[in-house]
Amino acid sequence: MGTRSFLAFLGVCAVIALLAFGLLSKGSATIEIGDRAPDKVLPTLGGGGSGSLADHRGEWVLVNLWASWCEPCRDEAPALEDFYRANRDRDLVVVGINVQDNSEDARAFVGEFRPTYPQLRSVGDERSEAYGSTGVPENFLVDPRGRLALIQRGPVDERFLREYVEPLIDGGRG
Amino acid sequence: MRRLPATVALVGLLVLGIATAPPAPAAAEQARVQISDVEDEVMCPVCGTLLELADSPQARREKALVRRLIDEGKSKDEIKDELVVQYGDDVLAVPEGSGFDLSAYLVPAIALLLAVIALAVGIGRWRRDDDSRRGPPPPGPADDGDAARLDADIARYDL
Repeated sequence: MGTRSFLAFLGVCAVIALLAFGLLSKGSATIEIGDRAPDKVLPTLGGGGSGSLADHRGEWVLVNLWASWCEPCRDEAPALEDFYRANRDRDLVVVGINVQDNSEDARAFVGEFRPTYPQLRSVGDERSEAYGSTGVPENFLVDPRGRLALIQRGPVDERFLREYVEPLIDGGRG
Repeated sequence: MRRLPATVALVGLLVLGIATAPPAPAAAEQARVQISDVEDEVMCPVCGTLLELADSPQARREKALVRRLIDEGKSKDEIKDELVVQYGDDVLAVPEGSGFDLSAYLVPAIALLLAVIALAVGIGRWRRDDDSRRGPPPPGPADDGDAARLDADIARYDL
């Protein structure tokens, strides 16, 4: 191979490596049941503090990714609040993570639905990417050891929570 | 000399008038950021397109935020800074000058540099090849001695 051919080959390799790096660095994570739940300390939505899933280690955590502009998020909000109120004495907590939103709209959403469970805020969709999320809402049940027990890529309602989430919690507790 | 105090007073009034005059409405209007100035430089992060092309629920809320910031008198840079605070770096349509995004600037610059070098080398080679095809350079003008000898030769062979 001549010097020119070798340099051309190196150039092509460099361009392919650059494109591959770009694609991989922008890609979303893939998560599965049994994986450790992605976690990060995030500011609380109201400001003045921070929180993470690690704060609830030893409890079941239902992570709810939501945004104020998302209609299904509005639809599921009352069911999530009811579920939290009914189960908070049974080592279960719901943690809302606001994503892909602006803080003022998000606070207005909280003012409207008044959830009593913790609300964290992720700037942009960094948390969505960590969960391999493709939209909102998405819900993830995390067991007391911090591992994913259920992935629901879409909204939940009272029936879903009763039929799919509660049995896992009851089974885990048993 | 009697005119001096009057002149000073007049200049003073003029300076005061200029300093306290309200800005011209046209200038104030011109300084105000237009939503179209911002929309073509930021993204709808959920849609993955420019905000000006997007009409999703998230894009509509983002546009509402931009409009509110404009109404608050924020400059374009201030609005973009606030959008980054709210939506993260991905909201900027123009790549950043750091990290992997730096390649958006470096790659074209390096490509341009290589193209200029290749062009310069190519032109140099082309000129050398052209010179070698033409053969040796033509002789320069004859000096006085050569001219005299030439005249003598021509005279000798003159028929």
